[in-house]
Amino acid sequence: MDSELSPQDKKDLDKFIKFFALKTVQVIVQARLGEKICTRSSSSPTGSDWFNLGIKDIPEVTHEAKKALAGQLPGIGRSMCVEISLKTSEGDSMELETWCLEMNEKCDKDIKVSYTVYNRLSVLLKSLLAITRVTPAYKLSRKQGHDYVILYRIYFGEVQLSGLGEGFQTVRVGVVGTPIGTVTLSCAYRTNLAFMSNRQFERSAPIMGIIVDHFVDPPCSSQRPANMGQPCNYRAPDEEDGGQFAGVQDSQEVCNTSFSTSPPSQVLHTGKEGGVVLVPAQPPQGADTHLTVEHAPNTPGSSFLSGEDDGLSQSGEGRRDDRRSVSPSDPVESLNAFTRKVGAFVNKPNTQMTIASLDLPFAAFAPRGLDTEENDPMVHPPESPPCLSPLQGSLHSEGSEGSGPQDDFVMVDFRPAFSKDDLLPMDLGTFYREFQNPPQLASLSLHISSQSMADDLDSLPEKLAVYEKNIDEFDAFVDMLQ
Amino acid sequence: MNCRSEVLEVTVEARQVEEAMLALLHTILLHRSTGKFHYKKEGTYSIGTVGTLDIDCDFIDFTFVRVSSEELDRMIRKAVSEFKEALSNSGSDGIGQISLEFYQKKKSRWPFSDECIPWEVWSIKVNVVNLANEQERQICREKVGEKLGEKVINVVEVINRHEYLPKMPTQSEVDNVFDTSLKDVQPYLYKITYQITDCLGTSVSTTMRRLIKDTLAL
Repeated sequence: MDSELSPQDKKDLDKFIKFFALKTVQVIVQARLGEKICTRSSSSPTGSDWFNLGIKDIPEVTHEAKKALAGQLPGIGRSMCVEISLKTSEGDSMELETWCLEMNEKCDKDIKVSYTVYNRLSVLLKSLLAITRVTPAYKLSRKQGHDYVILYRIYFGEVQLSGLGEGFQTVRVGVVGTPIGTVTLSCAYRTNLAFMSNRQFERSAPIMGIIVDHFVDPPCSSQRPANMGQPCNYRAPDEEDGGQFAGVQDSQEVCNTSFSTSPPSQVLHTGKEGGVVLVPAQPPQGADTHLTVEHAPNTPGSSFLSGEDDGLSQSGEGRRDDRRSVSPSDPVESLNAFTRKVGAFVNKPNTQMTIASLDLPFAAFAPRGLDTEENDPMVHPPESPPCLSPLQGSLHSEGSEGSGPQDDFVMVDFRPAFSKDDLLPMDLGTFYREFQNPPQLASLSLHISSQSMADDLDSLPEKLAVYEKNIDEFDAFVDMLQ
Repeated sequence: MNCRSEVLEVTVEARQVEEAMLALLHTILLHRSTGKFHYKKEGTYSIGTVGTLDIDCDFIDFTFVRVSSEELDRMIRKAVSEFKEALSNSGSDGIGQISLEFYQKKKSRWPFSDECIPWEVWSIKVNVVNLANEQERQICREKVGEKLGEKVINVVEVINRHEYLPKMPTQSEVDNVFDTSLKDVQPYLYKITYQITDCLGTSVSTTMRRLIKDTLAL
């Protein structure tokens, strides 16, 4: 099969599939960060925007993806999967969806790799952008924060859907035929959000004071089981020195942004659509980039770094500089914004204070420098009942804790909005709780009301007698009114 | 060549019309826009970058992705608000339809003017309902959000069939295929038209608006 595909095409196709896989992971994880994504359009191609789409590359995510791929490409029988799961502050977790990038054996021999496949992969990425906002996990991920966080895990090999519960649904994002197989992208998502309904807990008295029910250790710590996955909003605190990515080499990969509309003499193929093909061996000039990477210019500011050596002869710039000096859109600010926005798992107290100083209404709930074991919820589980269904938890966090026995719902800890966490026992939360559970009105209690009813009935004849005696007064009153 | 035609139908409250239409039209245009072409010598061209933007709806529990282009957004919003106004002026039981048509221009010899040949038409039928109380409105918010999600999946399914697309043009032909008037992105040539019918099903007013540069058509 491969003998019909020219070596250049095969190389291009492998590169497309590799970068498509990496961009797919970026889109999925960024869609579960819990914030709105915004990238700028640019009329001038920079050479670093694969598939002509402004998709930022979060370095940790690229690193995880490459680690999972381990130098292989998604192929027949080797699927790349991104698993999105939810983890509550109590430590319960649930798989929400699994995105699968698969390849099947159906080949499209006549398709043009450099042009048609590339453009169709671009359309497929756009479809992925749209569909990631549509599945149920999107809404959950937008509400993540205090009660739960969203984690991702990338794995390679066989697709595992058993963790999605019964009745999971599948949505197909799209397919692209290539000469070596058909790339398919799909998502299987959980529909049954009932969460550990057989979990037992004890009702307890309303809690006074501060509750620590947060993970405070970074997810890379050994406490977490290895298959939990990375949080979608986690940023490594030591990203600046790049030490985590020592394995990343200094070579750069640039993407093709140059197409031909007519068959020039150097062309390799002539296509039905008018011979759109790569023109090799043009001298590197400015922003022109070509897929034949041997001739690729030393494009400054490419935001993508490759992990393996493709035999590139060019020298790359320092990887740290690359990350900082990218030219397209506003990557420096956005990258810094990524690093500044600290998620739930950072153990740097000063960065947590940064959260509090940001204009977030729930900023006061961010944990404060609580690294000590006595506050670690894994060691001393808090008394409050955990959240049963995360969606319910987020909806009911305004304190329906004492609202009566509902066995299927477990309320999370009540933290009222805009209240400061002080150490006084009587805080706003306690006030709310008591206010919402007032003692019943005396007149509404059953035996008192029945008693008064009996009294009323007994006194009725007396009252009637009095009224009849004063009947003249009443008549005069009525006449006065008329 | 046959024109591909797709119909989507939504039932919304009056205040949701605008956002529902924007969500669907922008989703379609996201897939039907590329970066700006820059033609160079020797017949090659390079393509700019298309950025994307998440938009939360205010009246619907839904978020959609659109192309990062304020110009394009302005044009779509203008068309949608005209449609919305026409719909609200027609009466409370109004049913309307807004169509997004992608076409190619075919140059004809003098004295004939250019032909516009559609290759894909998306029609969105809108039924407007009135709701009695806040609880129903809340349910409607969620339900319409789910429905829009299903429509986005439908749109994606159609587009990923990878059926006919105009072939990539040379520099002289690019204006016959793409709308090159925007400075940051390049959608395929499109026009938006709408039609309002009253509850009896007869056409009260058929208003055709052209929102593209070229207004000549035979």
